[in-house]
Amino acid sequence: MLVSGTALLLACVAFAVYDLTTFRATMARSLSIQAQIVGANSVSALLFNDPESAQKTVSGLKAAPNILSAGIYTPAGQPLATYWRDRAGRVLPLPAVSAGQAETYWLTNKEIALVRSIVFQGKQIGAVYIRSDLNEMNGRLTRLAGLVFVVLSISLAAAFVISSVFQRVATRPILQLAEIARIVSREKTYSVRAPATGNRDEIAFLIQAFNEMLSHIEERDAALQSAQQGLEQRVVQRTAELEATNNELEAFTYSVAHDLRAPLRHIQGFSVALTEDCGSQLDATAQGHLQQIVDSTQYMGRLISDLLSLAHVGRQELHLQVTGLGSLVQEVLQDLKHETDGRNIHWRVGDLPFADCDPGLMKQVFYNLLSNAAKYTGPRNPAIIDVGYGSVEGQQVIFVRDNGVGFNMKYANKLFGVFQRLHRKEDFEGTGVGLATVQRIIHKHGGRIWAEAEIDKGATFSFTLETVQKDGLQELPVLVLEGTQ
Amino acid sequence: MKDDEMEILLVEDDPRDAALTLRALQAENVRNRIEVVRDGEEALDFLFCRGVYSGRSPNHLPKLVLLDLKLPKVDGLEVLKEIKASPECQTTPVVILTSSAEQRDVLESYKLGVNSYIQKPVDIEQFRQTIKTLGLYWLVVNRPPPDKTLADQRGTEAKVPGWGKCGNP
Repeated sequence: MLVSGTALLLACVAFAVYDLTTFRATMARSLSIQAQIVGANSVSALLFNDPESAQKTVSGLKAAPNILSAGIYTPAGQPLATYWRDRAGRVLPLPAVSAGQAETYWLTNKEIALVRSIVFQGKQIGAVYIRSDLNEMNGRLTRLAGLVFVVLSISLAAAFVISSVFQRVATRPILQLAEIARIVSREKTYSVRAPATGNRDEIAFLIQAFNEMLSHIEERDAALQSAQQGLEQRVVQRTAELEATNNELEAFTYSVAHDLRAPLRHIQGFSVALTEDCGSQLDATAQGHLQQIVDSTQYMGRLISDLLSLAHVGRQELHLQVTGLGSLVQEVLQDLKHETDGRNIHWRVGDLPFADCDPGLMKQVFYNLLSNAAKYTGPRNPAIIDVGYGSVEGQQVIFVRDNGVGFNMKYANKLFGVFQRLHRKEDFEGTGVGLATVQRIIHKHGGRIWAEAEIDKGATFSFTLETVQKDGLQELPVLVLEGTQ
Repeated sequence: MKDDEMEILLVEDDPRDAALTLRALQAENVRNRIEVVRDGEEALDFLFCRGVYSGRSPNHLPKLVLLDLKLPKVDGLEVLKEIKASPECQTTPVVILTSSAEQRDVLESYKLGVNSYIQKPVDIEQFRQTIKTLGLYWLVVNRPPPDKTLADQRGTEAKVPGWGKCGNP
């Protein structure tokens, strides 16, 4: 509406300006003709210096009501005769006109004035000066303005009528469509539909397409929801199954704890009783067999304990707290004192960080790793075991390095498996559960553990902990000497 | 075995465990008088002089009850609960001697007022040591609650309700 109004207004103004310019030129021409007539008629009067005749000629301009004044001047600029429409008798000096110009005119706010030379036989014998008011032009301007106003009003009224009709036909349905689209996107209700217009135009097609799209989305949404519900049900079901399995597993663990240990103790107990009560009747072979039984039951006891501890780690929830890993290592070294009694081991413990971890489980990690290191450095004198914290290939790791017997990297993937052992039992005792337990604890903390080794050169176990506090190492003496020979 | 000589009541369903326990207890040359019962019901019958033990004098309570948890008929926790709930026997020291190290068992036992909780060590040497130590501690080192007969004679405990009506709690 505004745009069309503005365009129309501009067109009208342009038309008016053109019309007024043309009209002004026309006025100037008509004034020029009048000046020519007056000039021609006053040639003789000028030649013979006949003011009366000149006056008569000039007064003839009365017939033109727009002429304000007119005058015939001698070449010297003296008025020969003058005519005034309203104020007779006044003399108007001839304005200066540049030489050599036959005619010149100018325009002011109120009037248009024209000076024209009167020439006779190639010689200028005088000049005519005519002023005309602009009433006619102003009248025309007023009429034009009126016309513009009327045209504008009619046009705008027509535009309004047309646009309201158009709005009913096109804009309103589109606005409704937009509103529905907004509702859909805001409230996620896909059941609403845009009302049909009843017409068979493009907008009707648009609405139909929009509604079809909504139907499709609604179907998809319903399908998605039902799938989600199905999924949730399955999750609930699986969780229940998992819980049941977990409970069974717990029951199994409990049963292992209680029922399997008792017969083991009996075998041991009665083996000892046999030795004590009937030892004198047994020969060396029988005693040797008896010792094998005792050893095996002891080993089986350790297996059961380690397995239970592994199962316990799996079930246990982490109780995280910020812990100085250095302190844990010191505690473990105290615990290991008994085991490493009589051995020459150089424990070199570097600065270790603080970590948000389960202190009990993390202590078990260090216990298993350090006792392993102590075990596999058995043939070394001195054994050197480093515990440290540092950057390896861009990540911060905690490591335990020893100069022990090492292992073949070919079997590195078996290292952390349950019951997997890389050494013969008679060389190094163990159940093959310790490193599996370590790995399970590290994984529970979101970390990673791996080992590098070389036969007879030693092994390095490195692990990452996601919760290591980057700043602030726990400061400990770098070198701790433990154990003497 | 005469009642007044009885010092330990061993509640153990497994005869081999019972035999090993007895062997360990008697190894110390201390000829402890030990009564062995095989399930929870029998233990309660013995303590409260019911059933086959109805002829037993209620005046002589054991100085120590060694109680397994996993027992036929009435389980160890149930036995413990009844002992600690009865005015006659609540002062008798009860030691749980079991294979279970389950936290819920430990916690429940202490909640019910057990005097000690001992997990049977798997290793037989440790087992023997543990049994010897606990026998020595509870029968020699520990001062038991006053004997009921003596208490009756002094008359100090006469006001306790239900006292002297052992077997009909």
